Amino acid sequence: MSTSEGYSAKDEVGQVRTRRTWRQRAWIELKKAPFTAWLGMIVISFYLIVALFAPIIAPYGEAEITPIPYAPWGGEHMFGTDQIGRDILSRLIFGARNTIGIALATTFLAFLIGGGFALVAAISRGWVDQILSRVVDILMAIPSLIFALMLLSIFGSNITSLIIIIAILDSTRVFRLTRAVAMNVVVMEYVEAAKLRGEGLGWVMRREILPNIMPPLVAEFGLRFCFVFLTIAALSFLGVGIQPPTADWGSMVRENASLIQFAQFDLKAGITPLLPAAAIAILTIAVNFVVDWFLMKTSGLRDEH
Amino acid sequence: MSTDNKDVLLDIKGMVIDGFSDEKWHEIIKGVDLTLHKGEVLGLIGESGAGKSTLGLAAMGFARPGCRLTSGEIWFDGVDLMKEPEVTKQKLRGARIAYVAQSAAAAFNPAHTLMEQTIEAGVRHGLVSAEEAREDAKKLFAAMDLPDPNNIGDRYPHQVSGGQLQRAMTAMAMASRPDLIIFDEPTTALDVTTQVNVLAAMRNAVEQFGTAAIYITHDLAVVAQMADRIKVLRYGVEVEESDTQTMLTNPKEEYTKSLWSVRSIEKEADGQGDKILEIKNITAAYGKIPVLKNVDIAVPKGKTVSIVGESGSGKSTTARVVTGLLPQLEGEVLFHGKALPARLKDRSKDQLQRIQMIYQMADTAMNPRQTVGEIIGRPVEFYTGLRAKAADQRVKELLEMIELDESFMDRLPGELSGGQKQRICIARALAAEPELIICDEVTSALDQIVQEGILKLLMHLQEELGVSYIFITHDIATVRAISDEVVVMYQGEVVEQGGKQEIFSEPHPAYTELLLASVPEMEIGWLEKTIETLGEKRAAMG
Repeated sequence: MSTSEGYSAKDEVGQVRTRRTWRQRAWIELKKAPFTAWLGMIVISFYLIVALFAPIIAPYGEAEITPIPYAPWGGEHMFGTDQIGRDILSRLIFGARNTIGIALATTFLAFLIGGGFALVAAISRGWVDQILSRVVDILMAIPSLIFALMLLSIFGSNITSLIIIIAILDSTRVFRLTRAVAMNVVVMEYVEAAKLRGEGLGWVMRREILPNIMPPLVAEFGLRFCFVFLTIAALSFLGVGIQPPTADWGSMVRENASLIQFAQFDLKAGITPLLPAAAIAILTIAVNFVVDWFLMKTSGLRDEH
Repeated sequence: MSTDNKDVLLDIKGMVIDGFSDEKWHEIIKGVDLTLHKGEVLGLIGESGAGKSTLGLAAMGFARPGCRLTSGEIWFDGVDLMKEPEVTKQKLRGARIAYVAQSAAAAFNPAHTLMEQTIEAGVRHGLVSAEEAREDAKKLFAAMDLPDPNNIGDRYPHQVSGGQLQRAMTAMAMASRPDLIIFDEPTTALDVTTQVNVLAAMRNAVEQFGTAAIYITHDLAVVAQMADRIKVLRYGVEVEESDTQTMLTNPKEEYTKSLWSVRSIEKEADGQGDKILEIKNITAAYGKIPVLKNVDIAVPKGKTVSIVGESGSGKSTTARVVTGLLPQLEGEVLFHGKALPARLKDRSKDQLQRIQMIYQMADTAMNPRQTVGEIIGRPVEFYTGLRAKAADQRVKELLEMIELDESFMDRLPGELSGGQKQRICIARALAAEPELIICDEVTSALDQIVQEGILKLLMHLQEELGVSYIFITHDIATVRAISDEVVVMYQGEVVEQGGKQEIFSEPHPAYTELLLASVPEMEIGWLEKTIETLGEKRAAMG
């Protein structure tokens, strides 16, 4: 008797998804995005536009000194001027450029270093993993702000060493996460199959593992970006971060901090040092909104049914 | 068994269940009726995707995330669960309706003892005090034939075997003396030798407490032992239903007949030929734990050698030694008479190319982010150096060899059925143009009809390409179907080996005897008969 009557491998039911371009898929996802995610994305886009077009938008130059220091709000200077007469609004706008730019560069570098070593550790395991992981443990055991302060005073605080030092310190966190998620993928049989085929380390890392661990890494990128950017602001506030006359939010808070005591005479003047702080806070919250939405989507966690 | 006069316990009418995928709701269950009387066991069978588990869960008024109970009625003892609020249903679950899942290992919480988890439901529902529940659980452990029933409850899930865990889970389900238990493929993950005892224990418990049960499985022989009536499902609709005897001897529908006759393929055994691979006196260990002891196996060119045994017998480890994933401590692997380097790194690309591997779980063997074209295309490019159009052409040829076509090129693994996935894995192995393919349990995760298709494909490819197979399996029917020679392994040693005819004819070493006797047969009463004789066979093994 013919047992496979009408049976054909081709016709077996598999769930074939409708072919969509990535644009259509992105649009479907965006339409379902919650309000907070939209808000976050709008705020982030606003910051990016301001950062990109800073020279066009800003009424004054980044370090342009006008005759009146500590000018009040209104008139020619919307948010007044600082202690040597630089326009606060213009510096806020240029600050977006410097702070976000440096933070992005640092985060990318941190991911390159941390992620790269983590994948090597996860694939090789054994002593390679042991050495890399213990080095990371040692780095993580030292409070990072103090460590950064120390390194910056050794190597001098210019933008390059700032980026490299923060990237290395932050890469330890990236390493931990990447190694953990990659460990789950490394044991998969398709990775074993690639090794059996004789594929090199590079192929296994890029083609077999990386595409499968992207979602947590993208989320981590957003969060890491916030931390990096807070660290830079903190270092600048302490005076070892971005150096004058380059505008950046952290040092702006420090430079204008004393104005806060005049709040009883002129409320607006008192608010001035809070403006760069608010710029930092709003961007951090916006990024977190977007990351939350993304994590929820990719991790399958649901608030409701 | 007559069911006419018994009261109806569960009555599902016109059940429609939708599942959400690809941004749309699709019907998974398309209007199925199901009636279950008190104390009756109903077998629900069908291939994967037939909707048997979904229907089983619906009997508790429950839909998995991503599914919804769209319409129909679920009358449980006079109450329509479709209309009841969640609170009422939760009170029923674990108290009057219980569920036994396929993988007990995944269903138990590893941080609590078996006892704590067994009594949890009853105590939470406020039915009994913790003390009474504990005493009762001990009785149930005894009823389920668990060793040392008074103390086994103090163990943690990892401290007992898979079969014991599955029995503990049944005991847990029994704890509240439910009216209905839903068994969802409870023995699928177990070895045959373990399965028999678990089946017997479950069958006894159900009879002893007069519990009604829905037994979901794709294994016909198993369902024949357990069920009073059998319902066959396909694509979310009922194919047919009748009592077990009628269903076994006189199925009405074509589809059911095809399910029944699947196990009939068998190829002529022929162990002749030059030895392509010889495993000589291999000893291997994971760390300090020895897994293989002096294993000798030879594979003739263009033939199939099956390695059978239960889990932990060292079948897969043998494959890992051959592929170089686990370097052996002693002995050597000869390929065409020349020793292969023990470690994977030391093997040449050419040596790697000639031995390919196909895995049990096609799901995890394919990168979910690569399309079928990339999955098959990579070994083509990697080994043969073909590029662009020529490589594409070769991929198309390979797809045709496995009876699929080029429309599959840009599908992702998630868009394939189980059988198609396994075919793609076969194509990936063939892409390397190997001389030997190691098939590690390649059919055990598949439905019977699909299994048959895969086995036929493999045999056909062997005739056409002259490739040899090492076929690792725990399934005796598969061994009968495909092998020329058989190797029986037990606890890391080869118990018996030889031509298929020899192995399947008497006399056997004690272990082979036990293994062969444990394979369920499609015959009512097989379980009762077998369970008596198995004890002696076990004793014979010492």
